[in-house]
Amino acid sequence: MTTRLPTSASEPGPEPAAPAETGWRRSVAGALAFARRRLTGDYSVDDFGYDEDMTTSVFLPPLRLLFSKYFRVEIVGMDNVPVDTGALLVANHSGTIAVDALMMAVAIHDHHPSHRAMRSLGANLVFDTPVLGPLARQGGVTLACNPDAERLLSSGELVAVFPEGFKGVGKPYSQRYKLQRFGRGGFVSAAVRTGVPIIPVSIVGAEEIYPMLGDLRPAARALGLPYFPITPTFPWLGPLGAIPLPSKWLIEFGEPITTAELGEQGADDPMVVFNLTDRVRETIQQTLYRLLLRRGHTFLG
Amino acid sequence: MAGMIVLVTGVTRYLGSSLAGRLAAHPQVERVIGVDAALPEPGARARMAGADFARADIRNPLIARIIEAAGVDTVVHASASATPASSAARTMIKEMNVLGTMQLLAACQRSSSVQHLVVRSSAAVYGGSSRDPAIFTENTPPRAVPSRGPARDAVDIEGYVRGFGRRRPDVRIAVPRFAEIVGPTVQTPLTRYFSLSPTVPVIAGRNARLQLVHERDAVDCLMHLTLGEFEGVVNVAGSGALTLIQAIHRAGRIPLPLPSMALGTMGRLLRTVRVGGFSPEQVHLLTPGRVLDTTRLRKQAGFDPAYSTVAAFDDFVARLRPAVSPQNIRSLERRVAGLAGIRPAVPDDGPNPGPGSRPHLVGIDGAAGTPNRPRRRPR
Repeated sequence: MTTRLPTSASEPGPEPAAPAETGWRRSVAGALAFARRRLTGDYSVDDFGYDEDMTTSVFLPPLRLLFSKYFRVEIVGMDNVPVDTGALLVANHSGTIAVDALMMAVAIHDHHPSHRAMRSLGANLVFDTPVLGPLARQGGVTLACNPDAERLLSSGELVAVFPEGFKGVGKPYSQRYKLQRFGRGGFVSAAVRTGVPIIPVSIVGAEEIYPMLGDLRPAARALGLPYFPITPTFPWLGPLGAIPLPSKWLIEFGEPITTAELGEQGADDPMVVFNLTDRVRETIQQTLYRLLLRRGHTFLG
Repeated sequence: MAGMIVLVTGVTRYLGSSLAGRLAAHPQVERVIGVDAALPEPGARARMAGADFARADIRNPLIARIIEAAGVDTVVHASASATPASSAARTMIKEMNVLGTMQLLAACQRSSSVQHLVVRSSAAVYGGSSRDPAIFTENTPPRAVPSRGPARDAVDIEGYVRGFGRRRPDVRIAVPRFAEIVGPTVQTPLTRYFSLSPTVPVIAGRNARLQLVHERDAVDCLMHLTLGEFEGVVNVAGSGALTLIQAIHRAGRIPLPLPSMALGTMGRLLRTVRVGGFSPEQVHLLTPGRVLDTTRLRKQAGFDPAYSTVAAFDDFVARLRPAVSPQNIRSLERRVAGLAGIRPAVPDDGPNPGPGSRPHLVGIDGAAGTPNRPRRRPR
């Protein structure tokens, strides 16, 4: 059953252009090559710990299935995302577990013309958690703080931020699609200081994946978590409760809000920062209502 | 400023001895006096080349007399924040580090001849917690100031140096904060840690970012700061980063994830049987990971490290014997692919030998011609 191809005498480089195999053989050869790269440490991570090889070979493939087959994500306004310059993507946050950030990363990686990497900002709790912390860094997440955000933005990266934080992901189902408080506007000052546009991103569908009916405060306190969710399936069904409901998703990338004209001093003017924060928040809220109408049925779309 | 007279501390160690030798050969330098509490080994003595050696404990006021008698104008405190070569008692190291620095600074303060002071510091002063930004600039306030261990010493030493700067504003002070130094010659807890074979214990569920600086770059940088004009604190590190797990794989070893408590026990155990002995503290310090912003080093201090973090690590690893070589892994890949009847995407062994496989027999500065092999127990 072997279809051995003649190996050319002179290999062009250290890594042959592509394994001359197709279908599952190609996948197996690719997986073996990936395993070899991991075991010899032959890959590179950037200063933030982002591991492109790991992200594209391991993280994205299963998420891609979830994206297209399970949540059937529809994307609106991808042309608002710059082709190769820095921008701050500000999105609403929901869904008990931050699946929305993952889906957004898939959207940007697979459906943007230049297949860009999305660098998200995460809470320090993420980096404190064993296993999750290193995984998050490998996937391009770094701490939500101005130095990191500004460094990424000024090096021309697409940075995603979820200013609602845990208040957004951990809100009860009854409050779905109601934006929570937008922090202190640190993200706005980062964008203004680096002069990159802010792109409001509205995500519909994440609210219904794990409808949070209650919050078991004592359990949350005991485990040091911001909330302990009770959903229709969790914790009643145990691990099965981790299966998200197959809601229909829409992600809209809104019109960029330019900040370059505000200048460096704008970043230190609280009035400018608050106004811009409100404007971004209002834009996302209105877009959410519009997208909800457009979606129709929660699960069928 | 012809005819500098330089005092270098810690000349039993690689950094101090190499620096002393290099300075002694420099035309701007008239005399170099290397001091240490112990006699330098032949290797270190060879690296010192034209430098004089004075056996003096910097914790002893005698050091002031040496500075006075020789008319020293430049003091390089290369042993400050040095990582111990052996797993000596912690209190001993602390005494050498902190009290030694205090005595040395006191001696410098009294001396009218001292004009330049270079004190080696460490990136450990930034501590490292989940609340810290991913990349530290010299001005990043640490969120979690190290409360004990060598990192605390570095913080204290920098504090004393700042105090000295206030009392002697006429002295130019440069404080390089070095990332972990690696290379074919240096012996640090980190190099010993990576020399463990075939498995290297790591904390389960953690994977820190590592940033390193090559030993030659460290010496060059100290040279540059000693003879240059730069004043102030500066980060010194090779560009780029590695993760701990990646580094272990590049060293041809197998990471062994252990709960952090077991790691401490294992470190103590290894030290007791004197196999390798890494301090669990060291491993814990590696946990959050640290990457330094080296813009100031390049732009203001005018020094560009020749080795990136990865290049520095590979150069260090070349002296180790890999437990699992890249060739083993490649041939395994070929065999598995052969079983499945697939043409593997494996690169040739010829043009691109991976880390740890190329012969490396380059001595530093004409010193010991062969790189140090990891020490083995005599039977």
